[in-house]
Amino acid sequence: MLSPSHPPPVRRIATAALIAGCLLATLPACGGGTEAKSKLTIFAASSLTESFDQLERAYEKEHPGVDIVISYGSSTELADQITQGAPADVIATADANSIGTVDDAGLLDGAPQQFTSNTLAIVTPADNPAAVASIDDLNDVDFVTCDPSAPCGAAASSFLKKAGISAAPVSLEADVKSVLSKVTLGEADAGIVYVTDSVAAGEKVTTVAIPADLNVVNPYFLGVVKASDAPDLAGDWIALVMSQVGHRVLADAGFGVQ
Amino acid sequence: MSLKRLGGAPVGLTVPALVALTFLIVPVVAVVLRVPWSTFLSDISSSGARDSLRLSVVTSLIAAGLCLLFGVPLAWILARVVFPGRSLVRALVTLPLVLPPVVGGVALLLALGRRGLVGQWLDLWFGLTIPFTQTAVVLAQTFVALPFLVISVEGAFRASDERYDDAAATLGASRWHTFRRVTLPLALPGIVSGAVLSWARALGEFGATITFAGNFPGTTRTMPIEVYLALNSDPDAAIALSMILIAVSIGVLALLRERWLTGLST
Repeated sequence: MLSPSHPPPVRRIATAALIAGCLLATLPACGGGTEAKSKLTIFAASSLTESFDQLERAYEKEHPGVDIVISYGSSTELADQITQGAPADVIATADANSIGTVDDAGLLDGAPQQFTSNTLAIVTPADNPAAVASIDDLNDVDFVTCDPSAPCGAAASSFLKKAGISAAPVSLEADVKSVLSKVTLGEADAGIVYVTDSVAAGEKVTTVAIPADLNVVNPYFLGVVKASDAPDLAGDWIALVMSQVGHRVLADAGFGVQ
Repeated sequence: MSLKRLGGAPVGLTVPALVALTFLIVPVVAVVLRVPWSTFLSDISSSGARDSLRLSVVTSLIAAGLCLLFGVPLAWILARVVFPGRSLVRALVTLPLVLPPVVGGVALLLALGRRGLVGQWLDLWFGLTIPFTQTAVVLAQTFVALPFLVISVEGAFRASDERYDDAAATLGASRWHTFRRVTLPLALPGIVSGAVLSWARALGEFGATITFAGNFPGTTRTMPIEVYLALNSDPDAAIALSMILIAVSIGVLALLRERWLTGLST
């Protein structure tokens, strides 16, 4: 009875008029874009989010008639979805194995091409409470990595082996974003993530570099899916990623480019 | 007999009921059909699988115990005591039901994590840190399972006639005595089924656990997390492990139904 759930009639009429006005106002805009846009669907590893979002804008400026839809996810999941018949034109993965399963299933047009690579970095909470300064400090703190079943975890575990660090992580997270959130929340003293994630996290973390000779390089591959309706547009996308513009965007995000 | 007088089950109810049943059963059947029997034994007897099954069973039982210990009194208060804001409290109790479990896990981190609202003091005063421990697994499971117990037990308390409580009181029983000797026995079937429900929910808990407790073999990697990770690397093993989880749940639920629920409700 006390709840103001029924606005007075005058206000309701005003709202209705407002909504109608808005609808009318958008109509010309809707009518304007009569020619159907062609769609390009890209499946990409989550770590590519910032770079591919930027390249999407560049591509759509060059191809005004094309609407790009990018679905980001874990490389293994994306590859699974394509082998199960999900409609994608391009797939870009953070490892060789996932795109390899798509290729092995005969679903790729040509061989997968490597377009960039990612390396590992140690991140700590911004104030670095455990004073992690070098890789050896990992032996004395609570750190987290990805689970070895994910590419970032496989890379982390081979780095730990290479560096001769005997301490085990306190948790093996399902993906790299979970590692990052455990660190930014201060639950872990340190985490092993991709350099690109440490760049994207900005001031929320303090980054401790891993020496190049001990680091692990994760190659990134992409390819056109055979069932694509728009192989030409897909080819243009790959050309953009491989171009100087593409390389600059990737390098800004922390990726390694040949 | 009463069925005859009332007529058979109407089509309007039977058809949707069958649809519901099929919808629930077909996915489980699909898992059973895909079980890779040739590698089944090696998949489920790996030490990782055994560790996570043991961990899941132990932690989910403790979680169900905690639900009983704290949930039954809460359910009684909600059913028997009139206080201002009771419906608000009831809504708050059901919150974990609608919250995505992952969000529940983040909420637990913000409350009980090393820098959490309460957790920072636990760390400062007692040197206690909860995340990444088995305690965290139990707490995550209890958080998502408690509402199931409270809702079903509160329903049971409400369904049992309050006049029995009144009668006991007139005969001189204290409220505590009445609770133990009258209210509790009358509501026992509801309490048992609530406990089973909350146990089942705790056993299957995934999102809050992996977020709050993390994942480490033998310490915090429960069966559902094992299944999820196996899906990435070895889907056949994941299906075999899911089969174990399904078998354990069906076994326990059937056993309890035989021993407790039917016996008590008739």
